[in-house]
Formats: sequence, C-alpha cells, structure tokens
Amino acid sequence: MEKSDILKEVNEIYIDELDNDEIVLTFETSANDIDEWDSLSHVMLIVAIEKHFKVRFNSSEIRGWNNVGEMCDSIFNHIG
Amino acid sequence: MKDITFRSLKKNLKKDFSKFKKLKIAVLGDSATQMYVQALKGYGYEIEVDFEIFEADYDQIELQTFDPNSEFYEFKADYVVVIYCINKLYKKFGKLENEEKSKFSDKIIFGFNALQQAINKSLNTKIIFFNFNEINDSVFGNFANKTETSFIYQTRKINFELMDLAKDLKNVFIQDISLLQSQYGAEALMDNKFYVNTELFFKIDILPIIAKNTADIIQSIEGKFKKCLILDLDNTIWGGIIGDDGIENIQIGDLGIGKAFTELQIWAKLLKNRGIILAVCSKNDEVNAKEPFEKHPEMILRLDDISVFVANWDNKADNINYIQKVLNIGFDSMVFLDDNPFERNMVRSHIADVTVPELPHDPAEYMTYIRSLNLFETASFTNEDEIRTSKYQVEAKRAVAQEKFVNETDFLESLEMECKVEPFNKFNTPRVAQLTQRSNQFNLRTIRYSEQEVETLRYDESCVTRAYSLNDKYGEYGLISLVILKKSDPKTLFIDTWIMSCRVLKRDVDKFVLNTLVQAAHDNKCDTIIGEYIRTAKNSMVENHYKDLGFSKEGDFWKLKLNKYKKMNCYINKI
Repeated sequence: MEKSDILKEVNEIYIDELDNDEIVLTFETSANDIDEWDSLSHVMLIVAIEKHFKVRFNSSEIRGWNNVGEMCDSIFNHIG
Repeated sequence: MKDITFRSLKKNLKKDFSKFKKLKIAVLGDSATQMYVQALKGYGYEIEVDFEIFEADYDQIELQTFDPNSEFYEFKADYVVVIYCINKLYKKFGKLENEEKSKFSDKIIFGFNALQQAINKSLNTKIIFFNFNEINDSVFGNFANKTETSFIYQTRKINFELMDLAKDLKNVFIQDISLLQSQYGAEALMDNKFYVNTELFFKIDILPIIAKNTADIIQSIEGKFKKCLILDLDNTIWGGIIGDDGIENIQIGDLGIGKAFTELQIWAKLLKNRGIILAVCSKNDEVNAKEPFEKHPEMILRLDDISVFVANWDNKADNINYIQKVLNIGFDSMVFLDDNPFERNMVRSHIADVTVPELPHDPAEYMTYIRSLNLFETASFTNEDEIRTSKYQVEAKRAVAQEKFVNETDFLESLEMECKVEPFNKFNTPRVAQLTQRSNQFNLRTIRYSEQEVETLRYDESCVTRAYSLNDKYGEYGLISLVILKKSDPKTLFIDTWIMSCRVLKRDVDKFVLNTLVQAAHDNKCDTIIGEYIRTAKNSMVENHYKDLGFSKEGDFWKLKLNKYKKMNCYINKI
C-alpha cells in the first residue's frame, strides 16, 4: 500500500471518529489544525486506526508523531 | 438489543436530553476519567436519563471528599462514583515494607470507610465504589495464593472486604470491575500504552459496558429493574419439540447439548429464588407442555416454580398481554426468552417495552450471551423476594375463586381478610423502602425512599407512618400498602406518600387504609387530611383516588375534613 492510500484511509477514519465530513488531511496536518483533535479524541483515533490497519503501535510512537505524515509513516512501517 | 460503541455514545452527547429525567452524578477517580464520563453521559441517552456529571480533576478523590467546602459537596450529587484503579493500588503496595504488606488491605478498606463516612456526613447520596480487577504481578507465581504479603492475596482480600463493608451500608454499592475482567479478559479491559501516555485506565471498547453497568446500578436504585422472566419451552429451556419428540427424547441433563439447557434452567431457578417471577409462554398443548415439568427426572424447573403457565396456539404477543394482566406489572419489567426469531420479532413489534434478547443460534452460547446482558440488576434483596412466586400462584387461585362469585361483595366477604397495621419499624423498613422504589402504578406522589431514608422517617416526630400487611384464607399477601403522613401544620396531616401493591387492587384496602388514617389524624389532634396526586407516565390508575374516597379538590390538592367523614365499609378486619 502506498502512503497516499494510507492517508486516504486515515482521512476516512478521522471523518468518522471526529464526526466531521469536512476534514481534509495532508501529511503536514497536525493537531493544531483540527479543532476536534484533542488528547482524548487522539486515543479514539489511534484505537480506530489500529483496528482498521490491524496494527499495534507502541507507546513511543504515539508520543512521537508531530503530524499526520509521521503517523502514516508508522502505519507504513507496521504493514510494510 | 443493539451493540453500543464508544463512538455511538459520544455521538449521543450532541442529542437532546432536555425531556429526560435528570440525575446528578459525581465522578472521582485516581486515573483519567474523562472518557468514562463521556460514555456514561452518552449511555444516558439510550435509557432516557440526563446524567448531569461533575467530574473532579484528576486524582482528587481525597482532596474533594475530605474538604467540606469543595466543589464536590457544592454539587450535591445524587450518586457518587469512586474509581480507584489497580495500577495506583500497586504503586502504593510497592512502597510498603514487607511487614506492612500483610496489613495492606486493612489500610485500604479503612480508607474506603473513612471516605464513605466523610461523604455521608455532608451528603444524602448513594456511593458506587469500583472494586479492583486482579493483575498477576508474577512475584510469587501461584504461591501468591498462600502468601499474605503478595499483591494478589491483598487485592482479593480488599475486594472481599469491600463486599463486607457494602453489605452493612445501605447506600454503598460496588461496581464489580473484577467480575467484568473475568468476563471479558484483562486485554479487553486495559491497555497500558494509553495508561502510560494519558492516564486513561480503561480501554475505549470496554467503556460502554462499564458505563452501562454504572447506569444499571443507578437505574435499579431508581426503581427501574426487571421483575419477570417469560420462557418459551421447545429449544429454549429444553432441546427438541415436546409435542413431536415426546418426553423421553427432549434434550436436558448431562448429555451433550442437554447441558446447555440445564444451565439455563439453573439460572432461571436461581432467579426465581431471588424473587424474579417466572412465567411460561409456549406454542404447545398445555398437557404436553406441562409433562416434562411434572415427570422428567432431569428438569430443574418444576411447575411450582412457574407463576403463570400459558401454553396454547394463540400468538405470543396476546399471551404476554395476558401474563401482564395476571401479574399486574409493567411490560418494561419483563424479559422474554425465545429461540425463534419470528416469535421474538412478533413480541418486539407488538409490545415494545418487553426486553427480548437476541438469543444466539447455538444453545451452547445461550448463557454466555444472556449473562453478558446483566438483565437482572437489583438494588435490594429482602425475605419477601424469596417467596414472591408462591404469592403470585396464590393470586392465580384467588382469580379462579373470584370467577365463581357473581357478586363482588360476596367474594370479598368470602376471603376473610385481615390486616395488620403498624408504624415503620426495623423489621419492615427494607420492604417499605423496596415498595417506594418499585411501585409505579398505585403510587400517588412517586417519591422514592432508600432504607436509610425510611429509617430517618421512623425517628421523625413530625411524621406518622403506617405499614399494612394483609392476609386472607388463601394465604399471606405480606406488606402491601404504606402511607407516610407529615404534619404540615398542627391541625393538618399531609399525605406525603400513599402506595399500594397492585396485587390487592379491588380488595377495598384503600378504604380500610383511609379509615386508619382518619384514626391517626384523630390521635394526633388533627382535623384535616390533605392529599396530592402527582402524575407520572404510569400512575393514571390513581388519578381519581382522592375524589373516589370523598376528598374535595382545592387547587392542586385534595382535602378531607374529619368532621365530615363517615367510616368506610370494607371487608377487612384490623388485627
């Protein structure tokens, strides 16, 4: 799977979980850009992404992402 | 019953709660509780309750409860949920010297007790403590079971002693997180990754279940709980079809799939023994349907366990309507078990309030599924509960007897009714509280009292309390009516509460009670009794109660002047 495909699917998850149809993610999008993306919804997002891609992040990954791109990198590495 | 996810609960938060009953809940935790709070609030929408929630800041349990001026006390919660998590418990344990470890549970329970005492001193509230899910810390291995200073030994002791504490405290309840973990597994309960990063203790996917459990406890205390289990027969409580297969070929007992049905019957029997009314609703000839109950050696359930037995070829919605009429309880307090999806949908579509679990296809899965639903949460258990079935059976006999009399008064006279009248006392307090919580129909003002509050009434000199226990030649009804009178001024008694069990409708108990109230008013040198009817969705039955008894309307209230009162005729003797 290409990273751009991952981004598309992650975008769908964000729309579902945050209940906002207008979210358009880029690799550069960070929590500052999306109102609904706070520390609590972050947990929901991770759980949903883990389920969707059948991966399990480790806790340093969760702490380390600065933007959606880095999150997609992690997913890419896991499903490699 | 649909599956509820955390996301769906979160979506509920945006919906309109304004028409729902409000309850104030305070949540105190030593882990991050925000998501639990969201789940609980969102679950409220599913059960039409508006939980107004005060969430203390992180790790402020003691700070809030031991400071009488805290926001927590200002909030005045109806319910307080206290969530200590096992990770923090482990941390405390880890810091102890070896010789202190064997006393760890004492110390923790002392803390719980101090907490509930502090809360009870300033608030009239119910407290729900989460107990602890076990973790295997692999320090002693299995030997931990033999070692008082092991963490698992102390955790189990804490959970046990917490039960012991709650057993004696009417307003303290336990939410069983330990049992939840046995049911769903440690993996489902916690994810250390999120705990480490965010202090969230419970996993998202388990939160709807935890929230439901909290709500179940609260709802049962509020008087919403199940009273009756209606069972289909063929392929529900035994395998096979009695009419086709015959008694020797139905599956029940120790062989193969029979075990699954035996399990279900044991469960039903245990429910019956704790006061749940059992009824049968089956498409069968009655003789065939009853035969296994009478003759099959492996049957756990027997005819005398069943309060109402309906076996015929009518549709099940009609039959459940009939069962409801005989038992005189709300549809929303009934659960209907049937293996057949057609029958389930039929009942669901005709009687929306009956709970109809979507039984799995494989009977081996029945109990696992049913247990996961926690259908029969309760907030009390009294001796009366244990003998309820026989009461409803006696009632069925009375119903048959009544058909023989053309004249109502002849029938009432033939019953040879006697009634004991007494103030609330320590023996009837549990039943009194239970009646205030359970009665919805013959209930003039629907004020719920906890046992604790009933106790307070007993010592309140401005209150006159009366409890009525009826028996007739067929047997005892037990405590079936109660009244709480409050002196609103030196000459007036206000009827704060008047409740009667619907089992004794049309026995003239209401007239008998009024006679005793007038007597009580005389004894208290009052000349007026004032009543009020507060409408609810369920008490239209008593809309004209005071009018029918000769009270006259004044504004929203009903007034009875003693000097105009004539003793009412009834066929009940006071004993």
